[in-house]
Amino acid sequence: MNELKVEPPPSVKTPPNGDAAPSRDAANWAQPVDRLSASGVAGAKDDAVTGKRVSGPLQGFGQLWQKTFTVRLEGVDISATDLIALWKERFPTFWPKGQGFYAPLSGIAPGEVALVEIVPLPGAPVRFSTGVLVLYADDESFTFMTPEGHILSAWITFSARRDGDVTIAQAQALERPSDPFDELAYMLGGNRQNNRFWEATLRNLATAVGVAAPVIDTQVVCIDRNRQWRYWRNIRNSASIRSARRTLTAPFRKLTRRG
Amino acid sequence: MTATVIELDQEGAASILRIAGDITSGSDTDLMAAYGRATANGASAVILDFSKLEYMNSGGIGLLVTLLVRAQRGGVRLVATGLSEHYRQIFSLTRLDEAIVIYNDDAAAMAAATT
Repeated sequence: MNELKVEPPPSVKTPPNGDAAPSRDAANWAQPVDRLSASGVAGAKDDAVTGKRVSGPLQGFGQLWQKTFTVRLEGVDISATDLIALWKERFPTFWPKGQGFYAPLSGIAPGEVALVEIVPLPGAPVRFSTGVLVLYADDESFTFMTPEGHILSAWITFSARRDGDVTIAQAQALERPSDPFDELAYMLGGNRQNNRFWEATLRNLATAVGVAAPVIDTQVVCIDRNRQWRYWRNIRNSASIRSARRTLTAPFRKLTRRG
Repeated sequence: MTATVIELDQEGAASILRIAGDITSGSDTDLMAAYGRATANGASAVILDFSKLEYMNSGGIGLLVTLLVRAQRGGVRLVATGLSEHYRQIFSLTRLDEAIVIYNDDAAAMAAATT
């Protein structure tokens, strides 16, 4: 046996997972769920989410990207846990103007489902309706996972940590465009637009806690250049297509209702 | 936070990484170095033994995805064993179990990994 790393055992250890004792992280994870339900969330249509399965970076079609956005909250006295509490509580207010995040009544907690309405480009007539599952949440981080049909098959983790006297806020996404249509849109500007979205979010967060001129650091790495052709059929769940169809047929549906 | 401790066993064409302690995004260097050692001799399969895993957050799951991509790129099969019911549920919830097959014990994992 080659031992790669040996460190002294900590003074207090939870039993290994072979024992019956619950894991330390048990309360932080969502309970297993086969199909999502967002029927109790007000503010947006839930039909793009309710009944869908979650879909992470392993189930997407396009190239796999890891994106890390950080901001140092220079000159602001706030702990990592206080920052995460604030971020959870006021999450929608930090999104770029015009984008909609509709949190469940119980807030951002493991297993909750939030609805999302995204304007893909400024001034675009279409709003993409989708949502996210709160996959994981603790005092220093929380993670969303997307449902089938979302433009990106992704996890995104929001976290905070201390670096000396400074608190650092971070958003880190692991994402693949969900289907060939989304991949094309991503290549034609969606990737950059997505970066701008999270940079604006971190800028808004930093400004809200008192940073005068926040500087956002963006690291983008393509982890897997291969496309997963076995998932091209994800297009059948596409929120982009569903939302575009809904927008285009809205006048006819109005007429039908009047008739 | 408990340190990540990873031991390496090599049996034929498969290597076993025995993971103890915590797996978080901070385990990146340790896990990737261990994987590099595990495959340095040309192993065609790597078994991840989680029977002494104590804690894993979403950063840890993300790390397993990047490890999986690295394994796929190198033509190495990645399988898991020793997962508690809790971590099996997390693998299922995140749909990681669709890409990393889970076995009940080393023997079953070894048999599957080397066939």
